[in-house]
Amino acid sequence: MATKGKDALPPPPDPQALSESTAALLRELVAHLRQNRTQLREEWARRITRAQLLTAMTEEEIFAEATSVYDNYVEALETGTFEALQAYARNLSERIIPRGVETHEVVGIVLLLRDVLARSLFAKYHEDFDKLNRILDAYEPAANRIANTVAVGFVQERERIIRQQQEAIRELSTPVLQVRERLLILPIIGVIDPQRARQLTEQLLRAIRTNRAKVVVIDITGVAAMDSNVANHLVQTVEASRLLGATVIVTGLSPEIAQTLVTIGVDLSEMATVGDLQGGIEEAERLLGYKVLPLEEISPKA
Amino acid sequence: MEVPILKQGHYLIASIQSALTDADLSQLREALIERVGRFRARGVIVDVTALDVMDSFAVRTLRDIAHMARLRGAETVIVGIQPEVAFAMVQLGLTLKGVSTALDLEEGLLFLDQQAQLRIERGTGRIDRG
Repeated sequence: MATKGKDALPPPPDPQALSESTAALLRELVAHLRQNRTQLREEWARRITRAQLLTAMTEEEIFAEATSVYDNYVEALETGTFEALQAYARNLSERIIPRGVETHEVVGIVLLLRDVLARSLFAKYHEDFDKLNRILDAYEPAANRIANTVAVGFVQERERIIRQQQEAIRELSTPVLQVRERLLILPIIGVIDPQRARQLTEQLLRAIRTNRAKVVVIDITGVAAMDSNVANHLVQTVEASRLLGATVIVTGLSPEIAQTLVTIGVDLSEMATVGDLQGGIEEAERLLGYKVLPLEEISPKA
Repeated sequence: MEVPILKQGHYLIASIQSALTDADLSQLREALIERVGRFRARGVIVDVTALDVMDSFAVRTLRDIAHMARLRGAETVIVGIQPEVAFAMVQLGLTLKGVSTALDLEEGLLFLDQQAQLRIERGTGRIDRG
């Protein structure tokens, strides 16, 4: 037994002969899987439920998906091409990701299928150990490649969705608003990463140009956290605006951010800061020479 | 290429028309500083609207012009820095500290007028000949 098992392990010397016999073995394997389709499929679906995978889906859905995955799986084994399976994996991911299916579940079910099929092969060939070894030699690389393909397809789909969402966030993230002649406000909300900081600065500089702005109020009430990188970006934005002749007032630094900045020693002495947006706008109006008065204070004189 | 320097009232206006070599920049600096004294100018405006690149030498020369002109009694303002140029400058750490800037020529003139007004109010201005 032991010697036989060892004999099966090293790669056979003639790859051409191997691939031919592998093809024959795979054909036999596929025939076996086709024959026992119903039974193996049910066994697989049962094990998925037992392992509490795909809890976001109903039993019928699991069975329906299991059927098509099974058929695609067998087809990939038969043809040795993975395009159809890849397309199916992408399509499946598109459908199940919005329902909250996790990566480990997808990988889990594919590995379960591999195990179920391997078990059926053990059962079928347990009397002929040599044949079993050869069948497994043919089956395992193909099965592993299939598992790989499905997992990679799922992860790629996830990444595509994440990229898409990042793009969407970026697009709606930075409005530059004119509130008075020559006064702009730029409310920043959310996380500032280098790319966003760059885009933000460019947008602001262009807006300063087109609106001939003299004062800009940058409100960072909506920025939850700030580190030295973000602070440096902010300083750069302020300096670049100054080069265009605009004064920048930063408002809405939260107590946490103020503490962080002082603790990590970021030098913001060049920056004009005012507590809140209202104060910032009032300060900007003062710089621009506006004075806002209630009507009743003006009307008696008129 | 020599940069034309125009005299407008109490101000000198140097309008850069194309990319300048280091030698051109040095020449501009000397010409401006000399003319500040000759015309008894109170303000200098350097218009860089036409420049789409500004290297460290150009920025340093502009800063030198501002500081030298101040020693000679004139306030300098750099006008017309393009948004892309401003962004690149800041990224390179060339921020023209201590030098006044304005959006364009019109803003620059307005700024110099305001500065003159302030000096008169504070009593540190020159006696107005007009």
